[in-house]
Amino acid sequence: MSAFTTNGIDTKVKNASAFCFQDINKNYQSRDGLNVSALSNINFEVFKKEFVTVVGPSGCGKSTLLKILAGIVNASSGRIEINGMPQKGPSSEIGVVFQNPVLLPWRTILNNVLIPAEIQKRDIKESRKKAYELLDMVGLKGFETKYPKELSGGMQQRVGIARALINDPSILLMDEPFGALDAMTRELMNMELLRLKKRIGATIMLVTHSIPEAIFLGDRVIIMSPRPGCVEEIMDIDLPYEKELSIINSEHFGVYDRHIRNAFNSKAGLD
Amino acid sequence: MKKMTFNKRDFMLRASFFIFVIAIWHFTVKMFDISSLVFPAPAGVIAALYKGIVSGEYLLHTGVTLYETLMGFAIGAIIALILGGLIGQIRILEKILYPYIVAFQAMPKVAIAPLFVAWFGFGVTSKIIITATIVFFPILANTIVGLRSAPREQIEMMTAFTASPWQMFQMVRFPHALPYIFAGLDIGIVLAIIGAIVGEFVGAQAGLGYLILQRNFSMDITGVFAILIVLSAIGIGLHTIMKIIAKRTIYWSETSEDLRQQ
Ligand SMILES: Nc1ncnc2c1ncn2[C@@H]1O[C@H](COP(=O)(O)OP(=O)(O)O)[C@@H](O)[C@H]1O
Ligand SMILES: [Mg+2]
Repeated sequence: MSAFTTNGIDTKVKNASAFCFQDINKNYQSRDGLNVSALSNINFEVFKKEFVTVVGPSGCGKSTLLKILAGIVNASSGRIEINGMPQKGPSSEIGVVFQNPVLLPWRTILNNVLIPAEIQKRDIKESRKKAYELLDMVGLKGFETKYPKELSGGMQQRVGIARALINDPSILLMDEPFGALDAMTRELMNMELLRLKKRIGATIMLVTHSIPEAIFLGDRVIIMSPRPGCVEEIMDIDLPYEKELSIINSEHFGVYDRHIRNAFNSKAGLD
Repeated sequence: MKKMTFNKRDFMLRASFFIFVIAIWHFTVKMFDISSLVFPAPAGVIAALYKGIVSGEYLLHTGVTLYETLMGFAIGAIIALILGGLIGQIRILEKILYPYIVAFQAMPKVAIAPLFVAWFGFGVTSKIIITATIVFFPILANTIVGLRSAPREQIEMMTAFTASPWQMFQMVRFPHALPYIFAGLDIGIVLAIIGAIVGEFVGAQAGLGYLILQRNFSMDITGVFAILIVLSAIGIGLHTIMKIIAKRTIYWSETSEDLRQQ
């Protein structure tokens, strides 16, 4: 079970379904007892090894969407399939990276990475070896025995990524993983994420409110609009597989960027 | 682990203030010619303290009081931790048990102390039980709050990685509760001394509380003051030990001490 299968597979070739949302609705009960609709009629399918990004203004239900898929929050109605099977709560097939890295302060970096392995009662020796490899892969070799508070925000987020990958999930979910980082670190992390993507065989869904980030990372961008959160448009991104950050300044990239901005603006104009 | 920084200037400041307080005490007593039956001068208190220590009298009674304090604390703390652990995890238990616990806490322990002495006698047992009942509540309340207050995002993280309720307890709720639990234990250990003394006041054959009553009856106010100093010293000692254990156990948390030194 090697985690690092180098796959040169063209992701545009549609594989089998990794997960799909079918008529998902979510209402939250607010403090004063009112029903707030966070998601309405979410329908889309993501294929194996795809990298999809979800973009939308804050409050449009991106985190809710991700939490429902992760089994942290229950949908009010609708169905979710994961690898062709109906979803039954949280699954070890899914690894999650949170916006705040959510590391446990009393555990060393190594032991934070091992949390999912401990929960799943995996072989400890093998998991430790894997954790060392993953920390090396995310550029944190030598930090194994440090504590989270000794690391910068960007480094903590890398630990969160290593933790999400420790059990070889087939699906990786990321909720604004770089939202708290400064612009330069963020771009660096985006590049690294693309490199990582080539080494792991997982399907990735990344939530962001940054339009350039969504275009840069995604094979497809799912554009969401608020009140209530729904899928506005799904856009295929046709950029070279091997891309550099400078691509953000290209004509092609600008077309996508303007398209998404227009989608948001026209929606905002309706309010 | 951070080294204890010995700040010479701080020490000088504290020592001078201590001498200043003693001096004020001394001169006030002399100036107004206050009888040692009302408020003794520091020199007399120090002499009484010295006599009590070298004669071995304090040692015996301190031993008894310390035994009652520590046993009562241990029993009260263990029951509070177990019950707090259960209530913190199982919400229905709180609904059932909490009214009784609050009702019990609302009873002044001083008022029910005579009952315990009547039931369990003049020996150490009644004092241990009184101490345990006083120590119980702050530790229980802190344990429950600590177990309940784990950040929602940590719980969600554990849920996403398919943690069972027991794993959630062991890996997140309990470690998160430790600083709260230690705050409760710290309050508890100081209250424990009060518990033992209250028990001894009601009726005892030995202990520092018993000794205070004896001195009081024989109008030896200087002797009472000397014992009060011994009690304070015990309190400070136990509190300090508790702080050290807490600091070692909760190695990850930034205490106010750390923040102050930055
Ligand atoms: N636990 C909750 N209780 C009540 N309302 C919630 C809760 N979580 C989210 N919401 C509401 O649902 C909507 C979508 O939230 P969220 O999914 O966090 O959006 P996003 O991640 O896109 O910013 C918001 O209006 C938010 O206030
Ligand atoms: Mg969000």
